[in-house]
Amino acid sequence: MYSETTIVTAETSQQPLQEGQLVINVGPQHPATHGVLHLVITLEGETIIKIEPHLGYIHRSIEKMSESLTYRQFIYVTSRMDYLSAHINNLACAMCVEKGMLLEVPERAQVIRVIMSELTRIASHELWIGAMAMDLGAFTPFFYTFRERETINDIMEQTCGARLTMNYMVPGGVMYDLHPEFVARVKSFVVQFKSKVSELEDLVTDNIIFRNRTVGVGVLSKADAISYGCTGPVARASGVDGDIRKRFPYSGYEKLQFEQCIDTAGDSFARYIVRIREMYQSIHIIEQLIDAIPEGDFQAKTKAVIKLPKGEFYTRVETARGELGVYIVSEGGTTPYRIKYRSPGFSNLSALNHMASGSKIGDLMATMGTLDLVIPDIDR
Amino acid sequence: METEVLKTYFSALEPLATFEEGGEWLMVQVPAENWKNIARKLITERDFDFLFCVTCVDFKTHLTMVYHLRSMQTDETVVIKIQLDRDQPIVETVSDIWRTAEFHEREAFEMFGVQFTGHPDLRKLILPDDFEGFPMRKDFEYPINMIKL
Repeated sequence: MYSETTIVTAETSQQPLQEGQLVINVGPQHPATHGVLHLVITLEGETIIKIEPHLGYIHRSIEKMSESLTYRQFIYVTSRMDYLSAHINNLACAMCVEKGMLLEVPERAQVIRVIMSELTRIASHELWIGAMAMDLGAFTPFFYTFRERETINDIMEQTCGARLTMNYMVPGGVMYDLHPEFVARVKSFVVQFKSKVSELEDLVTDNIIFRNRTVGVGVLSKADAISYGCTGPVARASGVDGDIRKRFPYSGYEKLQFEQCIDTAGDSFARYIVRIREMYQSIHIIEQLIDAIPEGDFQAKTKAVIKLPKGEFYTRVETARGELGVYIVSEGGTTPYRIKYRSPGFSNLSALNHMASGSKIGDLMATMGTLDLVIPDIDR
Repeated sequence: METEVLKTYFSALEPLATFEEGGEWLMVQVPAENWKNIARKLITERDFDFLFCVTCVDFKTHLTMVYHLRSMQTDETVVIKIQLDRDQPIVETVSDIWRTAEFHEREAFEMFGVQFTGHPDLRKLILPDDFEGFPMRKDFEYPINMIKL
């Protein structure tokens, strides 16, 4: 089914090259793409003229797969999309099914969902900072961030039984109740995070080399961010106040106090700062909830076979990367007729050509790194 | 209330527009040949600047392009639907109005075979270049790699 990788040369590239131009391939296997992303870059000297992403190396057609799975099953395939926000992807799907069933989720389940989502968000941002700093040549932050991320993974493993693809959400709530040690462990994580994150900030935020490589690099204006459909920290660093948790609250976010982290510079450093501030906000959200998890059911009673009425349902959530939309077209059966996942990475990637054109090839790693691309999320 | 305002607006803009209600947002069906003009007016007059979801649905008798539009200022949302002929699905591109449409339209092109006239770079994005057929259509069969449930 898969043809061999087409290596793009001057002959096969679409537009004829001018004199002095050079085409290079970054990827599909490249240490800085963190996955199988293939970028075909046209250079003139060291200046980028054009970037063309070639996708599909990890395309599994999750949308087509979901069409033959029932409303209980398809939720778990989406863990394999953006595997760093697996919980939040599952939540979007579960919420879409609940919207179709007009199902009320118990309060305890909603609070558990929010805590889990925010823990996932911190874990995802931690991994991103480590990986991005490594792309820019700083090796130590990787170990610092993985120390905190490991604690979150252990907490997840204890309650959900898995570390990465947790499969914890079901339509109507969560699959099991919290582990008895959950609250204590999350509290100790909050303490750990607060005392250790300053180490990370000392190492990266005020690092002059890091600043030189990111400030003013890969600038995306507010109008462009909207036009390219960027969401999440990428859009917020450009001044777009599009946090779904604030604008279209779900699962009880409307009752919580947190700030939408916005920067207006739109460069790589702004995207870094937005994510750092978001981690503090996530911790703030967890602190508000961890002592106030209501008693009660963790799952609403549902029928064994779920059928959605004929119609269309769209839900959106804020994953660590931006707005994930789940669009279900139902014909009234037990399986969805058509599912579309509006993945944040796909739209964020489409802005890369615009952001990096005209800059130097050395700056590409900072621009691409701060987009926080997760390739399975883009290919689906 | 907002729905009514939008309905009046669309009826004035496009006499052939039909409305579907009952969903979360107003769904407007417009003819394919007028879509580009409507799109231009939507972004300039009503400030629908954020195209957050573009997709295609195969209803076996016809294809439907679905555009989810939102205004970043007012959070007003509208869903535009365009019915296309299954054998000759042709619609004008909106990638020059909302640039995010460029990638989404390329995806719809390779998965459903929708032709977008005026698209700057209508090539396969995800599938290999020599792939034949439109895999997201309902009648697509691929004996080797497809498992039927």
